Amino acid sequence: MNSTIALFLAQDGIINGAIYALVGVTLVLVFAVTRIIFVPQGELIAWAALTVAALEAGAVPGTAYLLVVLGAAAAALELAREWRELTARYLLAMLATDLALPIGLLLAVIQLAPLKLGFTFNVIATLALLVPMGSLIYRIAFQPLAEATVLVLLIAAIGVHFALVGLGLVFFGAEGVRTTPLLSGTFPLGPLVVKWQSVSVLVVTLLVLGGLYVFFERTMMGKALRATAVNRLGARLVGVPVRATGRIAFTLAATIGAVSGILIGSLTTIYYDSGFLIGLKGFVGAILAGLGSYPLTALAAVFVGLLESYSAFFASAFKEVIVFSIIIPVLLWRSLTSGTHHDEDEEV
Amino acid sequence: MSDAILKVSNLSVAYGRVEAVRGVSLSIPHGNIVTVIGANGAGKTTLMNAIMGVLPSVGEVALDGKPMGRSLVEARVNNGLCLVPEKRELFSTMSVEDNLRLGAYRFGSSAVPGGLRDVFARFPRLEERRKQEAGTLSGGERQMLAMGRALMSRPRLLMLDEPSLGLAPLIVKEIFHIVTDLRKAGVSILLVEQNARAALQVADYAYVMELGEFTMSGPAAELAADKRVIESYLGLGGGRH
Ligand SMILES: Nc1ncnc2c1ncn2[C@@H]1O[C@H](COP(=O)(O)OP(=O)(O)OP(=O)(O)O)[C@@H](O)[C@H]1O
Ligand SMILES: [Mg+2]
Repeated sequence: MNSTIALFLAQDGIINGAIYALVGVTLVLVFAVTRIIFVPQGELIAWAALTVAALEAGAVPGTAYLLVVLGAAAAALELAREWRELTARYLLAMLATDLALPIGLLLAVIQLAPLKLGFTFNVIATLALLVPMGSLIYRIAFQPLAEATVLVLLIAAIGVHFALVGLGLVFFGAEGVRTTPLLSGTFPLGPLVVKWQSVSVLVVTLLVLGGLYVFFERTMMGKALRATAVNRLGARLVGVPVRATGRIAFTLAATIGAVSGILIGSLTTIYYDSGFLIGLKGFVGAILAGLGSYPLTALAAVFVGLLESYSAFFASAFKEVIVFSIIIPVLLWRSLTSGTHHDEDEEV
Repeated sequence: MSDAILKVSNLSVAYGRVEAVRGVSLSIPHGNIVTVIGANGAGKTTLMNAIMGVLPSVGEVALDGKPMGRSLVEARVNNGLCLVPEKRELFSTMSVEDNLRLGAYRFGSSAVPGGLRDVFARFPRLEERRKQEAGTLSGGERQMLAMGRALMSRPRLLMLDEPSLGLAPLIVKEIFHIVTDLRKAGVSILLVEQNARAALQVADYAYVMELGEFTMSGPAAELAADKRVIESYLGLGGGRH
């Protein structure tokens, strides 16, 4: 391997690593607030990419119908579970966000999609369709389990993952898609040919990470989310509506997932079930960093991207194996160094 | 509007089958300090948690004459209720300042600067430590932080569960000073204290709790002179355990 190839692989690795960083950071965020290991984050990413692809083709994306299904399911389940405690105001809000909004979006997309309005419209429509799904998924699957153990929540998350993959197949079909990049073309940088697309991925990733930093460090809402993660009872006592924090965390997850999907759609071919591997690599990054620190998670995820890129070159048949095996020494090391550490936030 | 800010009628709280609070009634007039004294395990903490909505209970809790039903903790906080819990429940991995900021959650960021100024004036120590993680504070500093966080929410009814626990005498004095100060500012207070003598001194009215029930009640000065109270709770040495 000469240095040109090495640099080329590095570029590839860093770009994929940036996407994994977004996934990893999202997993850390969701886990911190809700103790859920959000396995299905990958599905949201795949759906976002598939949505952009459908819009580029002038077709109505499956997500528009899916959103209506999820909205109706969330409303129906909540009605069935808690009809005694729901106030008229809450019912009205539910009607608006769970039924009116999804149907409105569906109708709008049916009208607008055939016009092929271009990149900006596609991005906005994708965000509009994907972002509300976060809190819908939370309400359908996780809210009733808010007090459950980490293990039960993980099992629920895996269940949701399978359900979403199934829904993805129904609504998008088995075909793979690739979307047009935000920026095309290249420019030389020393010995390296850099794709503008790579630059755009990096810039967007950094913007998202910076936005998260500002949100958690500077805003009351962000601090309330952190506080809920640290001490749920303490957060309730200062008036944080801890039930809402789960929804907020999932809304953030869906937003970052949609952005990741829009980015990754132009890097590689995405199928209805491509999300799992993407999610898993972000997860490896998050685990390498101990499922705690955001900056470390981002760095570890970039490392995962680089490792994947180089192992694809040297031993392409084993690339996934290599990536997932690095988790073993890390887990071993962790279990040896933190043997006395036990779950401090189990009490509610 | 009734003249009691809080009225508890026939309240019972159970942990599984065990009833820790049984049919308790109490009323806190506006701007008064009411104290509940009782031995360890009498049910004082349980009572406060139930009033705050942290524990489910049977019976009625009314704020300003309006029953709170099964309303959530955050709704009660928004109505001006605030509890400094026995275990403090601080945000241990966040800074002192962030803990205080979150105390003002119900008003949003705009209430933070004024609130911080007031709290730092009362507890200069907290200002010195503002960037330090709450989990690394000394025991006394943690108490101050818990109190400060509560003050940030500008409560109308403040419930203090053993605010002087483990504090040096000088700080205990400061805490009781704050309690009387708050009363002057019109804040109503429900106080639970191991230091029954000090509690009875600042309080207007007192209840004695035994095994989940109120067995005596009356103006604090009267109870402080009652023979049974002196024997059981004030002792000879000043009521400290
Ligand atoms: N989570 C719980 N589960 C079961 N029993 C509990 C629980 N919390 C408290 N109890 C019991 O309820 C009773 C009242 O407890 P509580 O904490 O209210 O007492 P207290 O008056 O605050 O005591 P102290 O002065 O020691 O703080 C005790 O017998 C206690 O053991
Ligand atoms: Mg107690």
